[in-house]
Amino acid sequence: MTRVLVPAGALGLGYDRGALARGVANRPDIIAIDGGSTDSGPSYLGRGVSKYSRASTRAEWRELMLARAEAGVPLVIGTAGTCGADPAVDWLFDITREIAAEEGMRLRVATLKSGQPAARVKAALAAGRIRPLPAAPDISDDILDACSNIVALAGAEQIAAALATGADIVIAGRTTDTAIIAALPLIRGDHAGAAWHGAKVGECGALATTQPNSGVIQIDFDATGFTLEPMAPGAAATPYTVSAHMLYENSDPFILHEPGGHLDVTAAEYSAPDARRVRVEGSRWVPGRYTVKLEGARIVGHQTVGLAVIRDRRYVAHARDWAADVQARVTEKIAARMGLARAEFTVELRLIGIDATLGPLETRRDLPVEVGILGILTCPTAEQAAEAAKILNPYLLHHPLTEDEPMPTFAFPFSPAEMQRGALYEFCLNHVMDLDDPMAAFALELHEVGHG
Amino acid sequence: MAELGALVSKVRSKNAGPFWLTIDIFCDDPATFERVRRGLDDAAVARLYNVDRQTLKRFDIAALNVVKFSMPRPVVQGTRADRDMHGAGWACLLEEMQIG
Repeated sequence: MTRVLVPAGALGLGYDRGALARGVANRPDIIAIDGGSTDSGPSYLGRGVSKYSRASTRAEWRELMLARAEAGVPLVIGTAGTCGADPAVDWLFDITREIAAEEGMRLRVATLKSGQPAARVKAALAAGRIRPLPAAPDISDDILDACSNIVALAGAEQIAAALATGADIVIAGRTTDTAIIAALPLIRGDHAGAAWHGAKVGECGALATTQPNSGVIQIDFDATGFTLEPMAPGAAATPYTVSAHMLYENSDPFILHEPGGHLDVTAAEYSAPDARRVRVEGSRWVPGRYTVKLEGARIVGHQTVGLAVIRDRRYVAHARDWAADVQARVTEKIAARMGLARAEFTVELRLIGIDATLGPLETRRDLPVEVGILGILTCPTAEQAAEAAKILNPYLLHHPLTEDEPMPTFAFPFSPAEMQRGALYEFCLNHVMDLDDPMAAFALELHEVGHG
Repeated sequence: MAELGALVSKVRSKNAGPFWLTIDIFCDDPATFERVRRGLDDAAVARLYNVDRQTLKRFDIAALNVVKFSMPRPVVQGTRADRDMHGAGWACLLEEMQIG
């Protein structure tokens, strides 16, 4: 039997402190928490930075390090620093060193890096060892070279290798969401289907319970299945909340691909030993080829945005036409005055209140009270984007619907009117890479930190 | 005809990675599930999201009273044309769809 304590769906999201203390008192075998995902977009991977504040991460990580010391078991984080790129692993390692020094802890910390040099991925591509997943973009050597970060998603094998060093803390770069939870049950020979299924249900913490914000859950894995229990007193896991979790952020609710195979929960049976716990048996692990998924992000331009708000009723009623007119005029003026080719830049006016969320897919045509005009200028360089936004500026301020009417003035919330967004990144990989040795694409290091 | 959102307890859309979108329609009971299951036409859903019908995946899950659709994201997450980083706003289209 292996007991895994999961404090929250991600480090930085917060959790119920009492529930964490209860989980520690239950003597877990490991504490595992996820540190990120692609869900906040490509900029974090592109820059190799965390979405959450250093202060919040530090505060929560300190509590987990203290919980670990009390429990006397390993603490593992996957996808450190939102994106799991190598600089994000270093970032969390620095925080860990600071806390260890402040708390007088002497620790063995393993770092597992998932970063991939473009040369390795290009060689694999040339050797036919990279395959696209459904809806993957086209890739080439040039695109791989342009990526500021490429990561491979580590699985249970690499986390197992990190745990085998005897580390007190494992800081892993990009991993699958499930690997940090499944690794120890798999090492100990618990049921493989249960290990992956329980890990999938548990990776978002208490999201698969009636109190998602309480965070803390405990999962017991054994030879035939797993039992999940939330640690907050008012929270309950039910066969419905647990089985419905396979839907979450999963394109197929029955199959989950991992390095080295896939999980199939078609035959899983969910039962309730009591009102708070759920027991699951019958999930199946199907071994397959050893592949790791790749993610990469590259810069495709730079952006400056401007925001104005139109409240005048007549302008609100004609906002689409007005915006189309401004866009055409400004596009022409940028090309003429800045000497940019049309293919090098874009001018977009996103109409907040009209269709800013859905764009051309919007089906409703109701008129709002006011319309936010979000001007988005995308150019090859940051300087060009800033310059282009200044060409848009007078139109956002004063452009009339017709030639023969008094000059309007719209509401600008800020001075200066423009905001520099910096680089625009794109995800450019949705592929898997074959590996003969799971560790071939990952770098494991063991460090001694702190004193005491 | 009725608006789908008025019949069901929740329609949720989320990214399933940067390149896929998944939409879950949660019904309260088997009768509603049956009505929604019969009333939802795959071709109409594909049109609503402007995706190729061949790429639309559908799961009718009676055990959960859930109908689930997955499709390549209408716009890849985080690209210049993306308007909704987490993909949650796309649920509104199905929620406001009229079904028989």
